[in-house]
Amino acid sequence: MVGKGDLRADHKAGPPVIEASRGDRGFLEEVVRRSGVQVRRCFQCRTCSGGCPFVQAMDYPPNVLLRLLLYGRRRQVLSCGTIWLCVSCNTCSSQCPMALDLSAVMETLRIMALKARAPIGRPNILEFHEEVARSLERYGRTHKLGIMLRYKLLTGSWFSDLDVGLKMFAKRKLELFPSRIKQVHEVARVFEGQLRRKKK
Amino acid sequence: MSSPRGQEYSYFPGCSLETTAQESNRSLMRGAAIMGLRLIELEDWNCCGSSSLPTLSKPASLGMAARNLSLAPPHRPLVAMCPRCLHYLRSTLKYLKEHPRKRLALEKKFDRPIDTDLEVIHFLEVLDRFGLARLEAMARRSLKPLRFVPYYGCTLYRPPHLERHHYFQGDLDRILVALGAAPVNRALAYRCCGSFLSVTNPEVVTPVVNEIMTSAVAAGANCLVTICAMCQLNLEIRSTVKKRVPVFHFSEVLALALGADDYEDWFDRHLVNPRPLVQQVVAGG
Repeated sequence: MVGKGDLRADHKAGPPVIEASRGDRGFLEEVVRRSGVQVRRCFQCRTCSGGCPFVQAMDYPPNVLLRLLLYGRRRQVLSCGTIWLCVSCNTCSSQCPMALDLSAVMETLRIMALKARAPIGRPNILEFHEEVARSLERYGRTHKLGIMLRYKLLTGSWFSDLDVGLKMFAKRKLELFPSRIKQVHEVARVFEGQLRRKKK
Repeated sequence: MSSPRGQEYSYFPGCSLETTAQESNRSLMRGAAIMGLRLIELEDWNCCGSSSLPTLSKPASLGMAARNLSLAPPHRPLVAMCPRCLHYLRSTLKYLKEHPRKRLALEKKFDRPIDTDLEVIHFLEVLDRFGLARLEAMARRSLKPLRFVPYYGCTLYRPPHLERHHYFQGDLDRILVALGAAPVNRALAYRCCGSFLSVTNPEVVTPVVNEIMTSAVAAGANCLVTICAMCQLNLEIRSTVKKRVPVFHFSEVLALALGADDYEDWFDRHLVNPRPLVQQVVAGG
């Protein structure tokens, strides 16, 4: 995941190094301001990464992400998969000795990544969130079958998970028709101009 | 601050309980009716915003939760069962309290006032107010056959900025022990179920869910009891190990203990068959 321009190989010492002085200082400030989390307090004990249930799927473990943040690696951080894989279970923040709210940091980074139009580290997860949002805009509630079907269509993964889908359908856990609210126009007012429109 | 006679509440089911977890909704209604509580469904409620919306649009997620608050009659507490819904409703209420101009703008949008003194509570807090002794006295069946892992999920008490009116950890154990069940505390009760990754990246979730399930079996549990409907679903649909135990919604075992008889429909919707265990409870009654 690390491009050549990101880490400059030090030929004498061997492993690549990050030149701290070349980092984007404003990046750290912005994350601290937006999230309200004092990221600088992290002393790299790695408790967060030890406890994270999904760390094995992440490109950077949470502690490494914080380190990159401290070094101002804006592009690297905003385009990573970790921020999308985080489900905000808060296992890390409940165990962090410095009581850092890591899921707030992750949410801030996701919002910043969208705003900066950074390459999305896990595009399928963003597709899913957008499908949920469209369902909310349309019905005021989530229509799970519709979300799943459109998500599958967008990600081209029709046959993955078919067995689970059928089981859920058989158990009447996926409704054919959406449960919709009566005053959908009130929800439309809430959504006005808020969602990124899909380009076909 | 308690409602008239302490018996009437506005109720926010949320999307999961309305659809995939109808069995949780129905058993909750049944249990509440037996207890003499009136849970009055919030008229025309909408989704709380769930985990997806805050990333895509803060104003939209704020607005979604705020609309629900604007629908709630101020004189009775608003009760949620889903921890995520509770979290969003509560944090939005707090935000609107601190940002009156945002509140005014939203009130204008909905043409309804939002009462920031509204009480938003979880059903476990309703039980707390009801009283454990009273609940125990009402029980018609003993939950003795259940050796359960109390699985609270991540959202009920973990987010650092939750408004803490109540300490939830231990509630499940206390209530179910009073109703005769035995807690099994050596399993991975605090491991996350995977939330939305269950849809987007099942290959990541399955090993974690299997770990949870295997730890429950190894610790000698014969079921898990969850507070969160999404946890219940993920633990059931994503576990692929041979030896599995059923996962109950808390409301189901509560209603069962209180003597509900219309449980067939609820348990019919489970993916891991809980009937043998339910039969033991019913027979033992």
